[in-house]
Formats: sequence, C-alpha cells, structure tokens
Amino acid sequence: MTTKTASSKDLHDLGVAELASKIAARDVSAVETAQHFLDRAARHQNLAAYVSIDAEVTLAQARAADARIAAGSAGPLEGVPIAHKDLFVTRDFPTTAGSKMLAGYRSPFDATVVARLAAQGVVTLGKLSCDEFAMGSANETVAVPAVGHDTPSAPLNPWDHSRVAGGSSGGSAVAVAARMAPAATGTDTGGSIRQPAAFCGVTGIKPTYGRASRYGMVAYASSLDQAGPMARSAEDCALLLSALCGPDLDRDSTSLDRPAEDYSRSLNDSLQGLRIGVPKEFFGEGLQADVRAAVDAALKTYEGLGAKLVPVTLPRTELSIPVYYIIAPAEASSNLSRFDGVKFGHRADKYTDLLDMYKKTRAEGFGDEVKRRIMIGTYVLSHGYYDAYYLQAQKIRRMIADDFRAAFETCDLIAGPVAPSVAWKIGDNADDPVANYLADIFTLPASLAGLPGMSLPAGFGADDMPVGLQLIGNYFQEARLLNAAHQFQQATDFHLRAPEGI
Amino acid sequence: MALTPQDIGRIANLARLELKQDESDRMLGHLNAFFAVVEQMRAVDTTGLEPLAHPVAAFEDVALRLRPDVPGEYPSREDSQRSAPAVENGLYLVPKVIE
Repeated sequence: MTTKTASSKDLHDLGVAELASKIAARDVSAVETAQHFLDRAARHQNLAAYVSIDAEVTLAQARAADARIAAGSAGPLEGVPIAHKDLFVTRDFPTTAGSKMLAGYRSPFDATVVARLAAQGVVTLGKLSCDEFAMGSANETVAVPAVGHDTPSAPLNPWDHSRVAGGSSGGSAVAVAARMAPAATGTDTGGSIRQPAAFCGVTGIKPTYGRASRYGMVAYASSLDQAGPMARSAEDCALLLSALCGPDLDRDSTSLDRPAEDYSRSLNDSLQGLRIGVPKEFFGEGLQADVRAAVDAALKTYEGLGAKLVPVTLPRTELSIPVYYIIAPAEASSNLSRFDGVKFGHRADKYTDLLDMYKKTRAEGFGDEVKRRIMIGTYVLSHGYYDAYYLQAQKIRRMIADDFRAAFETCDLIAGPVAPSVAWKIGDNADDPVANYLADIFTLPASLAGLPGMSLPAGFGADDMPVGLQLIGNYFQEARLLNAAHQFQQATDFHLRAPEGI
Repeated sequence: MALTPQDIGRIANLARLELKQDESDRMLGHLNAFFAVVEQMRAVDTTGLEPLAHPVAAFEDVALRLRPDVPGEYPSREDSQRSAPAVENGLYLVPKVIE
C-alpha cells in the first residue's frame, strides 16, 4: 500500500488510509478530525447530504478512539470518521430510510456493517440522505428533511447544484465528493452505489451478493440488496470493504460462509495481460456521446497499462430492466408489509378499525415511488399473475447470470459505462418514473447476477460533469476489481479532482 | 393487456394502501406505462429453466441454513418498543379486533 506524505494537504483532502496513519501517529487526534468534518458538514449544509448529525455523539466516539490510541489498543481504522447511509440502523442516531414512515425511529441495535466498522475504530459522523427505502435513481424521493432544512429536498450534486446527485445513495456520494466525510457507506440494489458514485465523481464498490451482511439494513429487495463503501479512491474502498464484509451466519440467512478477505492485498499487481471484456450492448444507441468518449478514453488508458480489450456479449442487457423492476418490487411489497403502524414508525391519527388503520397509516407514511413499487409487487405476486411475471422474471434472471458466465470464459473483468448520461437536472425525470427505470440499464445486469461491481471516476462529459467507469467482476473477484481500479487511479487523477467551491 | 381503475382498487386493497382518486388515476397511468416495458419479457422462452432466487446459486451451491433453536442475545423489550406508536405495560396497542 502506498502512503503518500500528506503533511501539506488539508485534513478533508486526506483519504481513509492517510487519515488512519496520521491519527495513529498522533499527528492529529480523532476528536480534531471529527470536529473538522462536522464543521465541513455545517458549511455545506445547502447540499442536503446529511439527514442526521449529533456532534455530541460523534465527539464522544472520537474521544473513546483517542483513549484507545493512548492505551495502545487501537483498531486498524481507529479514529477515522465516516458517515452512514440512513438505510443502516444505528443505536446512536435516528434511522429513517428516507421515509416519513420511520421519522424519528431509534433502532435498538446497530447494523452488522456499522458494528464491524466501529469494531475497527471508525467514528460515525452522522446519517446520509437516500431515496425513500432506497427506491430511486436521483435521491429525489427522500421524504425527510436534511440537517438545516425545513422540508425534504434532494441532495445537490456538488459539481453543479442544479443537478441530481444520483441515487439511491445520493447523500453518501455528495458527502464524499464535497469532502464532508472521507468515506461513507452505501447500499446497492440495482446500482445505488455505482450510479451516484459516477454522478458525483467518487469511487464505490458493491461486493458479491452475500459478502456483506444485510442485518440491520432496512430491507428493500432482499435477493439484491448489498452494502459497500464509497470513498475517493479504490485504495480506501479496499480498506473499508475488508472491514465491512464477512460471514454473519446467525443473523442474515443469505450471508455467505466465506471468510473476510484483505481486499488491499493485490492493489499493486500489474495489469499486464489482463483481459477486459467490453460488452457491445453497453455501447449502443442509448449511450450519450460524451459518456462514451470518456469511457473509450478510460479503456485506452487500460490498454496503456497492459490490458487487452476483448469483445463480449450480454444479450439480455435490455431485459434486465423489466426483470429487475418485477423482482425488486415483488420483494419490496413483501418487506414493506411490516410497516403497519403497530411495532414501529408512523401511525395515522384517525381510523375506524384495524384495516382502516393499516391503509391510512401506509397511505400517509409512504411516498409516491414507494407506493408504486408496492403496487407493482403486490400485483405480480397476486393469484393468476405470479407465474407470468415473478417466476418468469426469476427464470430470465438465471439467463442473465448465464450470459455473464459465458462472458467470463474469455475475459477477467468487464468494463463499460455506469449510466447512459451524466447527472441530469433536478426535476427532469420527476414525473416520469419509467424514464428513471430505463436509465438503470447498465447497473441492473450485475445486480441481478449478484456479481461485484464498482464505479470509478473516468473523466468528464457534457458541462464538465463527472463520468464513471463501471467494472464488473466474476463472483468473489472484488480484489481484482479494486486492483484494476487502483492501477487506473495511479495513472490518472480524475478521482482527486474537487468540485469548484469545495 | 392494460390495467383498469378496478384493478388499481383491488391491488391497493391487497397492498393495504388507501389511494385518493387523483392518486389512483396517476397510479393507473404509471403502472400501465411500466407494464408496457414489461411486455418484452413475457415473450422470452424460458422452458426448462429454474428460477434463480439467491443469485450466487448460479455459481455455486447455496444452501439455506438452519440455526439451533436456542435463545440468543436480543435487545431488551423496552429498547424494542421505544419507537412503537402505542405501548402499554410492554404490550403493543391496536384497535379492537374481536368484538
């Protein structure tokens, strides 16, 4: 691992690895570091990235980290502050999943991902905005106000405040891009880490399905949901991914019994001879020319690093849209049936009987996009439609996974765009949910197949907006993805660029 | 095959959602636009294919586990009920169900 001398940089320009070593060397305390980022969060409150901050809680965690450093019992990430997507439940902060339904909810436990990072010494800066129950591609469905705001509003893209941050982990991407946190957690069901990372010019990875525990992640679509880190560099993502993955066999029934790995181990391996598959379906008509140019240039960079480009085909790419938007809502309609106004969350004020209480509570607590997906899911699981929609989608899901298997026979990883365009203007797709669904086309296939995928800054497109390069690995090949991303970042500086005014 | 306003009412009831008239109208438009995109999926020949539930099962055998049925460590009742809308003496309160 390379540790750059970082003495001349501001604290907020340091990455996770650099901060960890500076704090360990006592060049700066955990408390000073946490305070610095809390100040940054306050200064950039207009970006609407944080939905919950509690300085007392954060500083108490930082003091405890400093005490462990003084006592010689520090963890590997001791004192490094990061923020969590508000989809992870936390004891010390409210958890809303971006929904009125959970406004003010206090979890009695920490999500496994949160607990694993805390066990390594990570300090929590607060909770970050996301689409309601992670359903959205622009963070515009968030239904709780950000810190310092009176009404709910989408986080602003730090590169152009009139544009969306992407979603659903939009707040996470904004916090990292605007240096309000050196890193953040995100979750990815159909692209919710990769797409906002691309839109905001940061790096993010979702591991193979089953690597990261879903325990304490507010459930959206259980067969797709995965947690992962978002940071500025692949090196930092590797450190955090190593900390947050690992078996959680008693608490998550789909957690895989595979030991935690050191994903940093091969960051510096050469890419000589690496075969990068380029799926022709990712470069069709729908791809905007500016995005294509940046992605093509990134692939050229890889050739310069010794990689070979191999044409591959993923023929069901377009089908991944209906397949995903059947399976995910089906699972969501089941998962969200728990919000009934009884055990936690919102309950309507006035109702006539139990059924009326359910209906009014859910009508008031859920936003439009959540209601749409519950309706779609309820319909495709209902008697007479289950085989035609839900089962059919699950069968095509297998075909999509088989297409990847065939592709990986001739290549080591797959590269392409993350999204067809750069971040669009806030409000542009707000009344056209299907347009948002179609824009997920390049991230959905890897999600459906359960493959690891990441986004890294590849350059800039129209109006100088960031463009992300997507890398997709075979099952359990996270270390190889991170190696390829790190080598790209040694040869380029897109990931180090900061938006103006940050 | 487009959904009708009656379908929307039936699905909303199954989903335990009260939709206002204008919400139902918008929902009908959005769902029909969505199912137009889904049509291409219905034509795919999937004869003989097994549905894929756990995606990693496409790569290796994935067995659903059972755990021993023994008490573990769980949050206290008080902590668990802290965010409930109506609680009395450790019990959740709901409208009367049985007359």
